[in-house]
Amino acid sequence: MSVNFAAQIISVLAALVLLTSFGLLIQKRVYGLLHLFAWQGLFLSISTAVVGYVAKQHHLYISSILTLALKVIVLPYILHTLIVRLKIRKEVDTVVNIPTTMLMGIALVIFSYHLTAPIRELSTLVTRSIIAVALATVMLGLLMMITRRHAVTQIIGFLALENGLFFAATSATYGMPLVVELGVALDILIAAFVFGIFFFHISETFDSLDVEQMARLKEEE
Amino acid sequence: MTLIILLGVSLFAAIILAFVGDRRFAPEVNILGSGATFVASIALAVHVYFEGSMIAGGKFFFVDAFNVYLAVLTAFVSMTTAIFSRRYMRREREHGRVSHWGMRFYHAMFQLFIFAMLLALLTNNIGVLWIAMELATLSTVLLVSLYRTPAAIEAAWKYFILCGVGIAQALFGTVLLYFAAEKVLGEGGDALLWTNLSQVSGQLEPTVLRLAFVFLMVGYGTKVGLVPLHNWLPDAHSEGPTPISAVLSGLLLNIALYALVRCKVLVDLSTGTNWAGKMMMGFGLLSILVSSFAILRRKDIKRMFSYSSIEHMGIATFAFGLGGPIATFGGLLHMLVHSLTKSSIFFTVGHACQMHGTQEITKIKGLIKGNPLVGWGMMLGVMAIVGMPPFGVFTSEFLILTATMKDAPYLAPFLLLGLGVAFAALFRRVQPMVSGPIPDYQTPVKASHIPVILHMVLVLIIGIYMPVFLSDWFHTAVELLK
Repeated sequence: MSVNFAAQIISVLAALVLLTSFGLLIQKRVYGLLHLFAWQGLFLSISTAVVGYVAKQHHLYISSILTLALKVIVLPYILHTLIVRLKIRKEVDTVVNIPTTMLMGIALVIFSYHLTAPIRELSTLVTRSIIAVALATVMLGLLMMITRRHAVTQIIGFLALENGLFFAATSATYGMPLVVELGVALDILIAAFVFGIFFFHISETFDSLDVEQMARLKEEE
Repeated sequence: MTLIILLGVSLFAAIILAFVGDRRFAPEVNILGSGATFVASIALAVHVYFEGSMIAGGKFFFVDAFNVYLAVLTAFVSMTTAIFSRRYMRREREHGRVSHWGMRFYHAMFQLFIFAMLLALLTNNIGVLWIAMELATLSTVLLVSLYRTPAAIEAAWKYFILCGVGIAQALFGTVLLYFAAEKVLGEGGDALLWTNLSQVSGQLEPTVLRLAFVFLMVGYGTKVGLVPLHNWLPDAHSEGPTPISAVLSGLLLNIALYALVRCKVLVDLSTGTNWAGKMMMGFGLLSILVSSFAILRRKDIKRMFSYSSIEHMGIATFAFGLGGPIATFGGLLHMLVHSLTKSSIFFTVGHACQMHGTQEITKIKGLIKGNPLVGWGMMLGVMAIVGMPPFGVFTSEFLILTATMKDAPYLAPFLLLGLGVAFAALFRRVQPMVSGPIPDYQTPVKASHIPVILHMVLVLIIGIYMPVFLSDWFHTAVELLK
């Protein structure tokens, strides 16, 4: 596989990751969100492996497998089990309407390209063109957390945001040192454990996972 | 070796307490664990004091004057908090506010939290620092929701989401830092080591480091509780158990500030300006002003003191941003005295709330008559925290003000305004709580006085006559942070 060809594959995968980010922004059904999230993890995992192959960075294979295991299998499985157990209704409300969200998302992507311009100039790696996509994924994850008010969607937004960070590490520097990546993966697992417990607490206390109901802690005058 | 013991004890204690957390002797195990950690931290500090900074564990750990004093402080406050929580949590358990599993959780997570903080302080690797910070967040999230009331769950969820997102930004900043460092230091784990980074900081690409610092500032700034990223802090402090408020205010905010300061030094050396420092000054000043006015109108006692924490972290952030030997010295001292004073205040607040069964300021009355040590403890704590001489906070605030007058005189009025408003607001609130007759709904509690007395005596000693070893440490740290 020539470097040029690999760069094109990586670009296509980056485009797919971005596409799934937008998909997450507009998807209303919980299961749909879950599937999109798993797809995003899959694209991420493949692109990491391709980068690892082209750059001859073998530790990236480990990251790739880790992503595959964690983001494509374990986390979607945990979320799926929770959704079934808690009998979450299928439609998810949005705070801002979808066309507006999309426009905001597009603005964020353009902003990401602008912001990462100096890094693209300095970088010599094959992957330099996708740093902007990585930042955009982070921003879109953030946007999703802001515009949705369901606990499950917030968590999926959070995990998509982590995907973006992982993508950024791969594209800007061929991945962080292995110690750090393993640690981050461990943290995400613990976080999954924590929000799992939380879903139960929230649905038990508020009778729903709608975060809008959590508005008791207003600043008193 | 000391390092391994220091980190190992709390991790080991966490595992043991996960199994025995609700037994009768569990609080004692908790105290024993944090006590051993404290002894180990002293041993480490003595070592550093005589031998200078050290690198250990294949460059994985790095101890210098800056982080060793924070490690001792962390271990000390954790120990006193463990002593305090023995009686406090026992009462909460008896009153049925915490379940059997809750107690287990509480003890195990408390030790895990200490472990995460010490790891964050002592590691040489900026990536591991991030991981440890995230671990510290996750281990406290469940502690904040310990009471399982709707408000507690809401507070913990907010804390989880806001700090999770915030700290994700910090990871992006770390990636960018690694990107810049890799160009100079080559690939592999060495490029994230603080000791290597500080040696080559002049060669790092300034544009990338600036971009990185924006993310690091937002990320770690969220954990420091700087305005406008502070929303999680009052909720988490007011709804979680009081010992957790004490360690969150007294320790976790410090660790986040520590991470921020380390990054700021790198960025400023690379850009050759005080750009990152100016950003910290801006955030710091905004925090001081917003939070001091917020203190004025609070009705919940723990919420009020949590705003005071935001104010003081703002002061320390401002001092480190200002830079220069006097301000940095003041900032280091401020982190120390604020931790000691604020955790001691939270201890007394915890008992006051138990005595009255409420956190509402207007319902807490007659503390000095009800329990002199709790009443006076709170009164003296508040006197210390607002910066009255002869307490240590006065010294640090005075140093910071002096440096401000010299280097940025146009900012001094704002700083003074913030300090003045906080002074007036806290006094006006605390006066009615401690004085007056005992209300009929007040019930006596078995209070733990030792932690409060210990903390206040230390703050007093630092204010009157600072020990030589402490100023030696600070001077070395000031040199390191130039």
